[in-house]
Amino acid sequence: MIAIVDYGMGNIFSIRNALEKVGADVKVTSKAEELGNSDGVVIPGVGSFGDAMKQLLPFEEKIGDSIEDGIPFLGICLGMQILFEKSQESKEPGFGIIPGEVIRLPNNVLVPQMGWNEIEIKKGIDLLDGIENGDFFYFVHSYHCVPENREMIIAITEYGTEVVAVINRDNIYAVQFHPEKSGKKGLLILKNFLRSTRC
Amino acid sequence: MLAKRIIPCLDCDLGIPSGRVVKGIEFKQIRYAGIPWELAEKYYLDGADEIVFLDITASSDRRETMVNVIKKTSKNVFIPLTVGGGIKSIEDARSAFNSGADKVTINTAAIENPELINQIADRYGSQACVVAIDAKRRDGWFECSIYGGRKFTGIDAIEWAKEAEERGAGDILLTSMDRDGTYDGFDIELTKAVSERVRIPVIASGGCGNPGHILEVFQKTKAQAALAASIFHYGKYKIGDVKNYLKEHGIHVRL
Repeated sequence: MIAIVDYGMGNIFSIRNALEKVGADVKVTSKAEELGNSDGVVIPGVGSFGDAMKQLLPFEEKIGDSIEDGIPFLGICLGMQILFEKSQESKEPGFGIIPGEVIRLPNNVLVPQMGWNEIEIKKGIDLLDGIENGDFFYFVHSYHCVPENREMIIAITEYGTEVVAVINRDNIYAVQFHPEKSGKKGLLILKNFLRSTRC
Repeated sequence: MLAKRIIPCLDCDLGIPSGRVVKGIEFKQIRYAGIPWELAEKYYLDGADEIVFLDITASSDRRETMVNVIKKTSKNVFIPLTVGGGIKSIEDARSAFNSGADKVTINTAAIENPELINQIADRYGSQACVVAIDAKRRDGWFECSIYGGRKFTGIDAIEWAKEAEERGAGDILLTSMDRDGTYDGFDIELTKAVSERVRIPVIASGGCGNPGHILEVFQKTKAQAALAASIFHYGKYKIGDVKNYLKEHGIHVRL
């Protein structure tokens, strides 16, 4: 069973439908204690960093525990950014699970980035099975993640600057784009994530 | 680099429980095209970058029907869904988002109550707020119309597009009333004028009759997306074929 963390930020409709489409048994939960029983944890997210961190505070410990227990974790968009130590968007600190920060997109491009952009794969991992260089994904964001350890960077995209699109460390996966809105290739990523779980 | 988007538009008559897709000619005559979620899924599988549903009904129970259409569609369609027509308040927008819409498009309500743009953008983000402009050619300018082309406002389309951007709109959906349903091609002058004056994406709409028209609007204007209905509805052109054609002509599209 895959747990989608519902922390009251935007609709979780799309991600639930997409995971179900690829065959996942999905549970949408707003209770931190339910995360321990899941085979995979997904944090979606649309909205601002500070609001998200306030809403996620009750989940912080359980999310940390489930990651330490080796349960596959997928952060999407804002759900990726909150893993970092801090963001220029807010004074609220992030979870700090991943060293690095979240910074605003540069001024030489329109912000937010909104639309289909192609990724460049830096490192092949299971999550990207079947995904090729130049495949397009749907991005909607004003801030982007800069991990301290560049070894974690799996794929990037170009938008005024290098934008990290996918990161991975052990059982932690995170994507800046929205796989649930990225057509068949997006579904493939969710399917690959599902395969990394025991489901 | 962001890809240029191809967006099929489904004009929906929600006067019957399942809703149905129809297409008007110059905002008037109507022809039946299919069931909304079935057509949407077909277009998604064909490679559409986004789907727009426009409610063209006047009945009062349509909101519920639209919610049903979005819910059904979002089970099988995994690209951004935009919903418009009859969205008058933040509550209408909320019910669209809560049923699975990613964006709402507002026209009449935005002109009558511009603050609604700010409200939607503040609450759901700019990317969720599309302002639709139905523009009619006048002597040396373009006039905004509302109520599906039945009322003229005296408002200049370019000035209004700029104000919509300032208030937080994420896209401008720009329809030429003169070209809509004619198959004569997009209004290049209108699209160029608006797309050069705003810093948000403009979706060109109205008049698309063949893939060459889409190529033309991307080559001659700064439009980021092209919206079409009829050329896809009646099976004349497939979205994938249109995108291949655009790519062959040097347009950056998602294949």
